[in-house]
Amino acid sequence: MDWYPLYNSLRIALISSVIVFFTGIFAAYYIAKLPPILKGILDVVLTLPMVLPPTVVGYFLLVLTGPKRPFGSWFLATFHTKLVMTWYSGVFAAVVVAFPLMYRTARGAFESFDETLSFSGQTLGLSNTFIFWRIRMPACRQGIMAGSVLAFARALGEYGATSMIAGYTPGKTATISTTVYQLWRTNDDEMAFRWVMINIVISAVVLLAVNLLEKRNGNHGKPAGMTAGRS
Amino acid sequence: MALYVDIKKDFGEFVLQTKFEADSGVMGILGASGCGKSMTLRCIAGIVKPDEGRIELDGTVFFDSETKIHLKPQERHVGLLFQNYALFPNMTVQQNLMMGLKPYEKNRKKANEAVEQMIRRFYLTGLEKHKPSQLSGGQQQRVALARILLSRPRLLMLDEPFSALDEFLRWNLELELSEVLKEFSGNTLFVSHNRAEIYRICDRVCVMDHGKSSPVIPVKQLFELPESRAAALLSGCKNFSRAHAVNAHEIFAEDWGISLESEGGVPEGFSCIGVRSHYIYPVTAAKAKNRENTFPCSILKVVEDVFSIVIMLRPAGARYCNTSEIAGQHNELLRMEITKECWANFCEKEHPAQEIWVQIQAHDIMFLK
Repeated sequence: MDWYPLYNSLRIALISSVIVFFTGIFAAYYIAKLPPILKGILDVVLTLPMVLPPTVVGYFLLVLTGPKRPFGSWFLATFHTKLVMTWYSGVFAAVVVAFPLMYRTARGAFESFDETLSFSGQTLGLSNTFIFWRIRMPACRQGIMAGSVLAFARALGEYGATSMIAGYTPGKTATISTTVYQLWRTNDDEMAFRWVMINIVISAVVLLAVNLLEKRNGNHGKPAGMTAGRS
Repeated sequence: MALYVDIKKDFGEFVLQTKFEADSGVMGILGASGCGKSMTLRCIAGIVKPDEGRIELDGTVFFDSETKIHLKPQERHVGLLFQNYALFPNMTVQQNLMMGLKPYEKNRKKANEAVEQMIRRFYLTGLEKHKPSQLSGGQQQRVALARILLSRPRLLMLDEPFSALDEFLRWNLELELSEVLKEFSGNTLFVSHNRAEIYRICDRVCVMDHGKSSPVIPVKQLFELPESRAAALLSGCKNFSRAHAVNAHEIFAEDWGISLESEGGVPEGFSCIGVRSHYIYPVTAAKAKNRENTFPCSILKVVEDVFSIVIMLRPAGARYCNTSEIAGQHNELLRMEITKECWANFCEKEHPAQEIWVQIQAHDIMFLK
């Protein structure tokens, strides 16, 4: 059995999750501070990929990165690198579709954050960077973790935009989801079923791991009083 | 040691306009909730930027709209105790205290020692590894205060420090806090809507009303000689009436419909008078004839309080007033408060049912702007 689709899927999901983790958090943090009108516009633009059909996202990605399009051709000429039909094209697709999930959950977590914690940190003389990573992030840990898991799961299962921008080339751009479709199309029911099972196992393991992690440091980030008296 | 504040900030429906100067000691800011007290502290701390004005502490300019100076909160070295104490929920008591030292104490051993010392001083021994959510309100306040003192602030600001506590905890913490304030060398600003707290803790007081501050006065003066209706109201006065001078020794209280003599002549520039509930006394009808400033009233309601009797009165000369308006601070009504013993004695002699004669002594009338 050729394991390349598993390797490629995990690689794409992990890389795009890391990218989405940082960009999503920083977008959530800075956009929350913008004036209402600009915030509203950016919010719509950044959340659109979540509600658009993946093929529409794929279309826009191709418009941007296609070798005959302005940006794609410039990139090809400058770096001699193609942006479509490669394994990392899948990363572009996964980042775009997974980003809104991270962005929205992180923003929700930041909005429920008690700003006086940040203010008191500032008056104590702590740097804003320290406050962000050591006070705000731990307090919003649950929301951010939920966002990361959703983003990872979405990136792992991404099909529509990936099939348009990366296509299906066995041993090159094949991911689990594109492989399942390909096998089904060619009547290889048994192999398709195997990959379906593999996908289910990965997803289940990820969710299980998150649940275990949640339980282990259970009393972080919960509102005061919920764990009172438990010493 | 001096703090100078003169700021203005427009919030749309609300304009904050504060101006005061605080020397050494504890200065109180007294005002009803939503009058801009907390916002003033936040402007001084640098969390909120005023539209215009100037903030200065001991020669260091924190904010100046003309020279465009606006120091970061981190550069101001002021301690602000928040209403909810703002302890970091993900850190233990010890780690929280460490945060006060972190910006300047790099020596770990020294930092640990300083934290240890604070833990003992604030009776937190044994709670070092606890999370804030596992502490009581009083313990949380102690941790927050200790954390602020560890950061060595040049100015200490306390924002309603007792509002989140139970009644019985308050008194003990107030005693503890007054000890801490005595030892603290810098200025202190104490914000509260509770006049009794202000009276006990502060030396001087600035009254705030709808975003505007009034001149700083010694705390005793606020309770004995308030100047404005708002200040009198905050100092606990319950009875107000619009009034004007009749002659050099007599005024007419318009809402109560009574003429009153004043001691030592009628001052100029007042538009309103105030009388505290404790300074209205019941008198027998027989004696009333011979005394100054007595008048008949009808009794609207007698309320038994914990240690006193509160009686709502309507002066006979006052305009008609609906009883449902007793709850609001209605001008037509008088609120008289006397001890239970006194009321019982009076009832034996007089048997008041609907009518009662009361007296307001001339020196108890406060003339207000």
